[in-house]
Amino acid sequence: MNPRSQTARARSDLGTRESEAARDDRSPARPDGFAKASGSLAYADDARLEGMLFGATLRSPHPHARIRSAHWRPERAPAGAIGLLARDLTGPNGVQLLDDAWPILAGDGVHHVGEAVGLAAATSPEAAQAALAAFEIEYEPLPARTTPAEALPSDVFTELEILHGDVAHGFTQAAHIVEGTWRTARQEHVYIECQSMTAWIDTDDTLVVQGSMQCPYYVQNALSHALKRPAQRVRVVATPPGGGFGGKEDYPSLLALHVALLALATRHPVRISYDRHEDMLATSKRHPSEVHHRSGVDSDGRLTAMDVDILLDAGAYRTLSPVVLSRAVLHATGAYRCPNVRIRGRAVRTHTLPNGAFRGFGAPQVLFAVERQMDRIARAVGIDPLEIRLRNVLEPGDELPTGQVLDDSTSARLCLERVERETDFRRRWREHERQRSTISGDANGSRKGVGISLYLHGSGFTGNGEKRLASTVRARLRSDGRIELQTASVDMGQGSCIVLPMVAADACGLHVDDFVVAEPDTSRVPDSGPTVASRTSMIVAGEVALAAQEICGQIVDAWGKRIDSAEEARLEAGELLAGSRSEAFRQVARCHYLEYGASEVTRVHTPPAWQEFDEESYRGVAYPTYAFGADVAEVEVDPDTLQVRPLAVTAVCEVGRVLHPVLCRGQIEGGTLQAVGWALMEEAQCREGHLVNDRLATYLLPTVQDCPEIQVVLLEHPWNGVGTGAKGVGELPMNGAAPAVVAAIENATGLAIAELPATPERLLVELERQGLADRTQPS
Amino acid sequence: MSIEFLLNGERIEVEAPPMSRLLDVLRRELGLTGTKEGCGEGECGACTVLLEDVPVLSCLLPLVQCEGRRVDTIEGLARSEAGPLIERLVSLGGVQCGACTPGIVVATCALLRQTENPTRAQVAQALAGNLCRCTGYEGIHRAIQALAEP
Ligand code: FES
Ligand code: FES
Repeated sequence: MNPRSQTARARSDLGTRESEAARDDRSPARPDGFAKASGSLAYADDARLEGMLFGATLRSPHPHARIRSAHWRPERAPAGAIGLLARDLTGPNGVQLLDDAWPILAGDGVHHVGEAVGLAAATSPEAAQAALAAFEIEYEPLPARTTPAEALPSDVFTELEILHGDVAHGFTQAAHIVEGTWRTARQEHVYIECQSMTAWIDTDDTLVVQGSMQCPYYVQNALSHALKRPAQRVRVVATPPGGGFGGKEDYPSLLALHVALLALATRHPVRISYDRHEDMLATSKRHPSEVHHRSGVDSDGRLTAMDVDILLDAGAYRTLSPVVLSRAVLHATGAYRCPNVRIRGRAVRTHTLPNGAFRGFGAPQVLFAVERQMDRIARAVGIDPLEIRLRNVLEPGDELPTGQVLDDSTSARLCLERVERETDFRRRWREHERQRSTISGDANGSRKGVGISLYLHGSGFTGNGEKRLASTVRARLRSDGRIELQTASVDMGQGSCIVLPMVAADACGLHVDDFVVAEPDTSRVPDSGPTVASRTSMIVAGEVALAAQEICGQIVDAWGKRIDSAEEARLEAGELLAGSRSEAFRQVARCHYLEYGASEVTRVHTPPAWQEFDEESYRGVAYPTYAFGADVAEVEVDPDTLQVRPLAVTAVCEVGRVLHPVLCRGQIEGGTLQAVGWALMEEAQCREGHLVNDRLATYLLPTVQDCPEIQVVLLEHPWNGVGTGAKGVGELPMNGAAPAVVAAIENATGLAIAELPATPERLLVELERQGLADRTQPS
Repeated sequence: MSIEFLLNGERIEVEAPPMSRLLDVLRRELGLTGTKEGCGEGECGACTVLLEDVPVLSCLLPLVQCEGRRVDTIEGLARSEAGPLIERLVSLGGVQCGACTPGIVVATCALLRQTENPTRAQVAQALAGNLCRCTGYEGIHRAIQALAEP
């Protein structure tokens, strides 16, 4: 019995359907929920260890400087404190990610403010801070290039290009040519739990590192590389992250190295827990972007050519930027069909904090650009925003710029049509447009507007990522008759702790509580890959269900032989059945364990053969499938203060199979609000390389009072390509709300904001630029 | 200096500098780590506790201000009145990573002591100081509204 064919059968007559309301029987409560809400679950900084020391980090005050000399003066430090500098490292001074160019501690020079230069450990966090005064560093400041404009043309980390059709020819067919430059800001993750990591040396000389992270095997790999220790002598344990959003994908490898170096130097357990200020100062952010579009459309508004140029500010080190850029170029034309495309992407080096993974991973930036560009095109052609989208929307059978032909799970049109039905967008948009040109504001002095966006997100790793990874999972029978699911997936809130058992239970004919999810600990679970790219529910869950199923198969067979029934034995709803015989699975599994021991099944994920991608030419299947969404946002703008209040966002998302409606909805609600924050208020501002708003008092993000009402409609469209049939949902919503909100502002005020966030200051600048001041004053 | 107060219904005495942050005393001295630190400067609400029934930010509260007063933390509330709220938060999508949740539970308990069936606007006002980065607040609203249902 194959769960794929089983689900295929179950869904064959479904067509696209809407998922049930939030509370339904497909949504069992997450098992960690009570412990989290009641404060009893231990996060990285909660349990204290015997004899533990605390670490602190000395950071560069300069965006760019040579280090002339560096010393540790123990006499100036609290008694017993120790200090480490780059010269104390015995292995390569680099954090292994794509390469190891990111220094663990700055050696000859510093390349961004906040770069780690020295590490101290002492008996309390306060003493460790005090010990930093014992470092004596002499810097020679050098000229810093802190914006992408200054970095060009020489300082390009990575450049990618996609060519499709004949762009020059496409422009000759165009009735209108529309250009636009769209910019987005550096966004801070603000996971509520700051980064925290602890290291110690076990009695058998194993180095143990435990803390808040998304990717235990990335961390193990980085430790093993830089400390020149075999992987078996490096054990990494992920504690439940208090939020990640990508922010605990790359940076924890660096922090793990810091605590490990201190633990090795002191032979004591060492913990570093950042406070919010340090977390904001030191950790990666979403890449600021500038995207230039030149588009040609025929007189009906059908795209004939798209020329897109993407610039990402990578910051001082390459880290994950090439992969972020890759996703950016692959999403640059959005959910639209265009026969002639050129996409160029560059990630450039500046003397600022390295930017890294953040929910959406390069896609939100390019989708903001293409969505606003489509609105601009619509105005040029003289049609409304829904119509331009309907005329160009990707359909099954269409080709992407990579040449990938879309299968029939391509549901972009369904999302658009549904969001129109849900919100009556077109009529309202026209009404606001008319009102704007005739009156100046509502009776109460505010103006309302609506905006629409259409978006997609490639599910799983980009290109050959899954092939290279060979994600490995294991299921193992326990002595209590339950099956342990062993993966390296980390539950940072998205709910794999319940989704993995649900998928396995469904595949096996068991109950959710017949499964236990193993703690992500590299000494116990295989490398199922990082918890990123919205891949857990789709790929990891699918494999682990198959592994569990194999174990159940063994138990069923053995039982069938034992009872010697003429009828075939099978497993249903926790019962073993054969003819008139039945027995509880758990009981039989316990006996099976006693007789045969802990059977275990390991599976390695192999992407389907048709998922071929050529990384040189950027041709082929970059993602096995795409999730789609359409948002309508409504805002209200105060004409005096230009303050924007987001009133409502309706998100219609098609995500393949919905595994757990409550959690799925939660992903979309949360991602939508992060996107609204990015659209309206969030910006980690950098001035000459210094972060200006490096505290929560100055970095604003949405509170419950800034939050629109978020309505989610989940559509399920059968898809059987890979794994569970779920498409990735974690990142999708981050792509939709920002362009919809900014379009709504334009609908309300006539102000087309080309740069996020759309703050009152930017609106004012635009107001002055457009010379509309008189028209938007209340009469 | 020794400070005496009523913590989760029990009289306790803590030996600590009077200006220590209550948050550190709870987490480090008393092992009550359900109260979280999200910012340390009064912006996130993860450290919310009740002082004489009023939600306060324990990262800003010097221990000495607790002298002779009643302090309730998530650990105490979870054992008593917060049960139904927690159950709904968990089942209706009000808990994702959970880092904000204890603070939100504490602040909501204070609201519910005053207002039995709060409106969405009242909830928004009461939780204005509690950041949640995961849920978009919708699941939290759903859970609190559901308390009114039988
Ligand atoms: S930790 Fe007290 S408000 Fe953030
Ligand atoms: S659940 Fe993660 S911050 Fe609220």
